[in-house]
Amino acid sequence: MTATTARLELQGIRKQYPGTLANDDIHLSILPGEIHALLGENGAGKSTLMKIIYGVVKPDTGAMIWEGNPIQIRDPAQARSLGIGMVFQHFSLFETLTVSENIALALGDQAGDIKTLPERISTISKRYGMALEPHRPVHSLSIGERQRVEIVRCLVQDIKLLILDEPTSVLTPQEVKTLFVTLRQLASEGCSILFISHKLYEVKELCHKATILRGGRVSGECTPADESTLSMAKMMVGDETPVSNTYEKKQGGEVFLTLHQLNQISHDPFGTSLKNISLQVRSGEIVGIAGVAGNGQEELLAALSGETLTPTADSIRFPTGAVGSLNPTERRQLGMAFVPEDRLGRGAVPDMTLTENGLLTGFLHGLVKGGMVLSGKTKHFAEQIIQDYKVKTPNAQAHAASLSGGNLQKFIIGREILQNPQLLVASHPTWGVDIGAATAIHQALIQLRDQGAAILVISEDTDELFQISDRIGAIFDGQLSPFKPTAQATIDEVGQWMAGVFNTEEAAA
Amino acid sequence: MIKLQPRREPSALMVYLSPVLAGLLTLITGAILFTALGYNPLTALHTFLIAPLQDSQGVSEWLVKASPILLCAIGLAVAYRANIWNIGAEGQLLMGALVGSAVALQFPDSESKAVLVLVLICGILAGMFWAGIAAYLKTQFNTNEILTTIMLNYIALNLLQYAVHGPLKDPEGYSFPESAAFSAGATLPTLMEDGRVHIGFGLALIAVLLVWFLVSKSFLGFQMKVMGMEAKAAKFAGYPEKRLTWLVLMISGGLAGLAGVCEVTGPIGQLIPNVSPGYGYAAIIVAFLGRLHPIGILAASLLMALIYMGGELAQIKLSTPAALTSLFQGMLLFYLLACDVLIRYRFIKTKPTTLSQGAN
Repeated sequence: MTATTARLELQGIRKQYPGTLANDDIHLSILPGEIHALLGENGAGKSTLMKIIYGVVKPDTGAMIWEGNPIQIRDPAQARSLGIGMVFQHFSLFETLTVSENIALALGDQAGDIKTLPERISTISKRYGMALEPHRPVHSLSIGERQRVEIVRCLVQDIKLLILDEPTSVLTPQEVKTLFVTLRQLASEGCSILFISHKLYEVKELCHKATILRGGRVSGECTPADESTLSMAKMMVGDETPVSNTYEKKQGGEVFLTLHQLNQISHDPFGTSLKNISLQVRSGEIVGIAGVAGNGQEELLAALSGETLTPTADSIRFPTGAVGSLNPTERRQLGMAFVPEDRLGRGAVPDMTLTENGLLTGFLHGLVKGGMVLSGKTKHFAEQIIQDYKVKTPNAQAHAASLSGGNLQKFIIGREILQNPQLLVASHPTWGVDIGAATAIHQALIQLRDQGAAILVISEDTDELFQISDRIGAIFDGQLSPFKPTAQATIDEVGQWMAGVFNTEEAAA
Repeated sequence: MIKLQPRREPSALMVYLSPVLAGLLTLITGAILFTALGYNPLTALHTFLIAPLQDSQGVSEWLVKASPILLCAIGLAVAYRANIWNIGAEGQLLMGALVGSAVALQFPDSESKAVLVLVLICGILAGMFWAGIAAYLKTQFNTNEILTTIMLNYIALNLLQYAVHGPLKDPEGYSFPESAAFSAGATLPTLMEDGRVHIGFGLALIAVLLVWFLVSKSFLGFQMKVMGMEAKAAKFAGYPEKRLTWLVLMISGGLAGLAGVCEVTGPIGQLIPNVSPGYGYAAIIVAFLGRLHPIGILAASLLMALIYMGGELAQIKLSTPAALTSLFQGMLLFYLLACDVLIRYRFIKTKPTTLSQGAN
């Protein structure tokens, strides 16, 4: 009996937030040594459920059974004392403190003897193949290393259940492999792991069991090894949404956008300077730039949009001439459109209506006359976006903040595409949106390409770039890798580029 | 247990109800206060809020008081919508009064209304100049405009004091710190036969209309609103941040300057040390009480003017302390801020949560 007692069992967990039922009648059971996937789209209730397990949120009803005993978890400290550890998607580390100081702070009394802590950290990190230097300040660590700090923090204690919230979203493919080795080793020693993700192939590769959530309820349970990614995707999104598409690759025609030896020193101490960036994007092709966040993507996007002007105007050119010193409006007048990475706050004003948000960048296209806003045309423009891009909203008077991420993103993409751009720059176009919306957005981009627009997509989602780009490359530390037609590139190669392994290659070539 | 729970969407009803609720709470607290001080609360409130308006003379004075508050508040609303925190309407008003007076005194015997136009324009420019200092510092050095505009208020006040005690003092005024009375040419025409209400009130109403047009119909107003609500979105869309900052400060400074010059050329008729009993500060409350909306501000400035008059009248009739006016203004602002919580939150009754497994 003891061998089959679940480490953790959830029964009928329910959590109601104002306006949404985040979790409804959730049942979940994790065995010792099991790597269990919690799959679901954004908004499916994954985050709420793990916060309940970690004691951050209290459920309205339902029971939690820990190693055969019913318990109530009051707060994370209690969860930790039971042996539950959690690695959040957004790290909570103090950049100015060292690794061991951070761990000591996070654990409080549970950290044990402070004097021996650095030594224990070294031992644990070596044992699980996660190189980590306890005395290094966190600001000098890469994103992957910071994640290790969070994991090691959990392992310093006697851990029985490790919860990881989308741990791979910030890692390169190589780093993901290293992480999986560590997780398998942990599981083999009897630690249960709850692995939250929406990347199906990862779940298939790593996890023994999977529980799939949709709309706050369990929509399926399976053994990932026995399922296809398609069948799991169907459980995630339901039957009505088309799940995956492959798109024909194109060559493109005339060059529209030319970046030539763009150098830009970042004035932000935590920013990345752009180094000698050269790239061409042709009309009728999609060029994808992969890369781990913080490698110069923001700086490159700001230089492209005109939010920061380049030191020499000539380093960014359209067919009409140099544009490096033109402001965003002037670049839009020359046919550029732009989808920024933050939907709420940059791409759209949260407390403005969709009509007003249409005007935000649509003003160049006949919505303003003699300084006056043409309210009829502006409303019509917003309604057209909503109709053409199937944005789910009661009407054009709804506030941007009231839309789901996917719907707002469809609205923003639609707003930019309806302006008939000759060049579209899109940053993380499907970040955090559900599969249905992502597919719609991909199709819209492909359609725009086929109409002859030049498209540059910068994304952390390598799969997405392989799916939609015609040519692909990566950015690392403010430098671009070589670019290749996507059909000839491999995930491994792009992964190496993302990790900065391309300078030597060039030198050798 | 009663808890505050965030609403899913801000309540549209509460946006408008909150100022009314704040007004009611101010009245109730006022009544309690009067009682505690030993006055009959009904008589006191009557003296405060109704008695001032019982004859046409009173109504005229009411509009006289409302004009500068309205002009300042409507300008401030433009700035606040763009998230530019101009707290300096008082200083901009004083500069308008000071410079307008200096120009008016150059024409001691003029009958021509051209002088008046010149005086008004100079007053507006002075207010714009004073706000322009803050605009320059903000756009060039990213200086916080709240601090600079407040500091400029004190500088303006001291400049005014210096002027009435020095260069602009009436040489035949028995050394009183006052300027000579302005000539007929430099005086605002009145609107009514009896009473002091002058065309400044008309100018204020025109300003309300123009600002309404700017904020709700023009693309410029839309750009200001975007900048105010989400600066990063404005930057993304390529709206000229610095130009807009200058523009809103010019508008609010100019209108405050106009308010100041209208005071000295209208009801006062000369430059005196206490041109303004804090109209520029009261206008901040009025702008928020009126929900930064031109029509709301019109109503709120009339209410604020009434509080000024009621305070004076209560002082005369009931010998209440002079601080009562400020007290009422303060209560109004604080109750408004408190009631505004209800726009985004609501009260709910909560039962203690029970888990199905209960106590074990």
